[in-house]
Amino acid sequence: MQALYAQLLVGLINGSFYALLSLGLAVIFGMLNIINFAHGALYMMGAFCAYFLLNLAGIGYWWALIIAPIAVGIFGMILERTLLQWLSGLDHLYGLLLTFGIALIVQGIFQNYFGSSGLPYAIPDELKGGMNLGFMFLPIYRGWVVVFSLVICLITWYLIERTRLGAYLRAATENPTLVRAFGINVPRMITLTYGLGVGLAALAGVLSAPINQVRPLMGADLIIVVFAVVVIGGMGSIMGSIITGFALGVIEGLTKYFYPEASNTVVFVLMVLVLLVKPSGLTGRTI
Amino acid sequence: MTATTDDTIPVTGRAIRDEMIAFGIMTVLLLLVPFSGIYPFFVMQALCFALLACAFNLLIGYGGLLSFGHAMFLGTAGYFSAHALKVWGVTPEIGILIGTAGAAALAVITGVVAIRRQGIYFAMITLALSQLLYFIYLQTPFTHGEDGIQGIPQGYLFGVFNLAQSTVLYYVIVAGFLFGFLVIFRAINSPFGEVLKSIRENEQRAISLGYKTDQYKLLAFILSGTLGGFAGALKVFVAQNASLTDVHWTMSGEIVLMTLVGGLGTVFGPVVGAFVIIAMQQYLAGFGQWVTVIQGVIFVVCVLTFRRGIIGEIAHFFRRSL
Amino acid sequence: MRTTNITSLLLATALSVFAGSFASAQDKTVKIGVLTDNSGLYSDLGGAGSTLAAQMAIEDSGLADKGWKISLISADHQNKPDIGTNIGRQWIDVEKVDIFMDVLNSGVALAVNNLVKEKNSIMINTGAATSDLTNAQCSPNTIHWVYDTYMLANSTGQALVKAGGDTWFFLTADYAFGAALERDTTAVVVKAGGKVVGSVKHPLNTADFSSFLLQAQASKAKIIGMANAGGDTTNTIKQASEFGIVAGGQKLAGLLLFITDVHSLGLKVAQGLNFTETFYWDLNDGTRAFSNRFSDRAKNKAKPSMVQAGVYSGLIHYFKALEAMGGNPHDGAKVVAKMKEMPTDDPLFGKGSIRADGRKIHPAYLFEVKKPEESKGPWDYYKLVGTTPADQAFRPLSESTCPLVKK
Repeated sequence: MQALYAQLLVGLINGSFYALLSLGLAVIFGMLNIINFAHGALYMMGAFCAYFLLNLAGIGYWWALIIAPIAVGIFGMILERTLLQWLSGLDHLYGLLLTFGIALIVQGIFQNYFGSSGLPYAIPDELKGGMNLGFMFLPIYRGWVVVFSLVICLITWYLIERTRLGAYLRAATENPTLVRAFGINVPRMITLTYGLGVGLAALAGVLSAPINQVRPLMGADLIIVVFAVVVIGGMGSIMGSIITGFALGVIEGLTKYFYPEASNTVVFVLMVLVLLVKPSGLTGRTI
Repeated sequence: MTATTDDTIPVTGRAIRDEMIAFGIMTVLLLLVPFSGIYPFFVMQALCFALLACAFNLLIGYGGLLSFGHAMFLGTAGYFSAHALKVWGVTPEIGILIGTAGAAALAVITGVVAIRRQGIYFAMITLALSQLLYFIYLQTPFTHGEDGIQGIPQGYLFGVFNLAQSTVLYYVIVAGFLFGFLVIFRAINSPFGEVLKSIRENEQRAISLGYKTDQYKLLAFILSGTLGGFAGALKVFVAQNASLTDVHWTMSGEIVLMTLVGGLGTVFGPVVGAFVIIAMQQYLAGFGQWVTVIQGVIFVVCVLTFRRGIIGEIAHFFRRSL
Repeated sequence: MRTTNITSLLLATALSVFAGSFASAQDKTVKIGVLTDNSGLYSDLGGAGSTLAAQMAIEDSGLADKGWKISLISADHQNKPDIGTNIGRQWIDVEKVDIFMDVLNSGVALAVNNLVKEKNSIMINTGAATSDLTNAQCSPNTIHWVYDTYMLANSTGQALVKAGGDTWFFLTADYAFGAALERDTTAVVVKAGGKVVGSVKHPLNTADFSSFLLQAQASKAKIIGMANAGGDTTNTIKQASEFGIVAGGQKLAGLLLFITDVHSLGLKVAQGLNFTETFYWDLNDGTRAFSNRFSDRAKNKAKPSMVQAGVYSGLIHYFKALEAMGGNPHDGAKVVAKMKEMPTDDPLFGKGSIRADGRKIHPAYLFEVKKPEESKGPWDYYKLVGTTPADQAFRPLSESTCPLVKK
């Protein structure tokens, strides 16, 4: 029984990464109709940014949480301005292919300079150690990850669904011409939105740096799972992605306890089932 | 992907003739390779991928369905053939048959699931299914996981052709490729192909004309998957191994890249694209990961400015259909 | 255009038939291929360092001055057996490579082993761990140089069980190497009177070990054996400390650890770990001299790992064999047979020999990682705890299933 609780908790921790990453993806897809295959690579850049900040500039974890997302977010905005905007009228699939290409470039460059064996990034001293919960020993850092992710997810959801800025963003993607007629700078909104999504990915990267090795390919296989989360949760639904992210982490944890061999595949099986029954996802809008 | 192909050039008699001439040139070039000093293994590998890319192109270029999971057909056929050849000790032709049959069965199962949706959802479903299969193969013992199935015997095809001799093997692969290519060519230039193209252009209209579009799409998917599997079965003889690389989603990405570079929706585009990408991988192998970067750059450039691909641009320039 | 091709082809064929009669005789050309992992999990262990070691061996052999033409190429197999075999086949057919060096990653090594046997080439494997290379899969074309899973299991496993660690739980990398390591260590543990209470397999290149570590913790085994290598091992160790496994009384046994792993973990995390290697740069004057020359030219001034040292040592012996034969016959099995006749001796591994099954034997050293305050500088990481002599460290020929061994 104890092992079950332990795996559930670990699942929740993994779920918070899924939630954060799928949040960024959902924001980008919901607002821009771009399936951002580069999301994994940008997550990786966030982790590397934290590593560089620490090792080259002596800037620690807490500052990295703020600086890295902004830095990578700016990079994302540059990408949007220079490459993605040309695809605005075309089929979704071109966006997928273009961002896939960007992911290859970013990952390949990092792999060339850093190999694949990974760089160490220590857990910040304030978050070291753990607490004995009885059924398992919970490292404090992992507890922090869950709490922080939840907070960020809720803030983002609030920002987009409940504030005026969010309203502008949502309107701009549903009917850009009309919104532009109101005097709002739509292209800038789009660029900012992409930057926001990318920043969220980078934030997830910084969060994961102390517990996973900082490696160039750390986002590559994760991205497919995150796609599955966004599809299940509803492409474009913010709350849907958050809930699905956490839920999926927990389901994966359960699977690891009852039937470990299926733990890698359960996400995809679920995705296929959801797509067959309700293609717009559990809470999303139809494409 | 309705905006992809510039297929405004009608399939007239002249177009068919152009394509037949191009086919003839391609066949002659392939037949002469062993005399030219080009390393035959490179060409054989490129041909297997070319066939796979052609099969993929059938779906996207003519059916409008982007499958991001075609690696699953390559890998499934590869594993089934490899296992049959190595463990059950079957003859090569049975091995190829088993591999292709495996891929066909997979195509039926996954097709029924995937065809229900189109556009981006179709791509995502195929990606998910492919990844699902990857993890299944990672764990099932018969694939030997990370090590793959190694040292697969080549044997005698039909009891006569010694596949261990590289020249014999080469011609067998060429024959296989041409066969697969002709099947696709025939499918494209047939009433079935015409209906498929019309579904791609405007599915609603096709439905209103009384066509059961889902059936046509499913059939195209099964055909595409089976031929992709056939390519995978052939590849087993060339590489003498079957491994996880063939089922990973990055392989699917490479197939997309080959077709994109060569020209989506053109007949010969995927062949050219496959050769270009395989050549690049071979000759840049010493540069390690730069290959990935270059592939990424090609993707970006192609999507932004070169959407027609090599053959597509040539065909557009000469106002012909290739 | 095609006619000129055919004419030149005919001419070339005629010439090559003529020259072929010379090529089959001995000549003084050698082409060395370093097939390694340049970008992945094991790139620090082998990678560019292996190529450097090969380069140094070529220079130190002095053969260039004696009229030999030695060339060196290297490639990245990306830890994929199919890429390894493709490169290998092309190297043999087109590049005319005579000998493969390094080839780390057991899956790739086994694949290349088949290839060099089929094509009568040579592989001196310094990087892969699977003991199958000199056991069931042994071949007259392959020499396994530096270490293998049997030796590691023997040395580390026995020492730990004797010290009280009699219940084991394995965390195993899911490929040939991991399985071989788990199998060989299990045999040693059981023979020494211990028990294996459980095991779990993880995919190669796993980032998050939390669920596997939880299972290891729940098993309450005294020793958690890490049957993995490279980044997987360092990740396990890092995360194990996060989950308080060592603090909770269980010991982590590194079944295959290298100095590069200790370097990336840092002494604070790695201190106290016990494991076996067959080369350490600071062991004696001979190793120090080579290692300092190596690190001057290496990236980040790194000291050589035992894999890279093996490349140097193996090539030196290969060159000695070629010199003794008076030329390169381009016949793999012949040269390997010559190498087995001659005892080995170099400043890196000391005196040793190559057995009939292709296994090179030399002493094995049990090291313990120093505490941070005991270390005098970067790369000063080990203290020597024990030595197993060459004839006892490796699998005895009487237990071998290799068909080359006459019983």
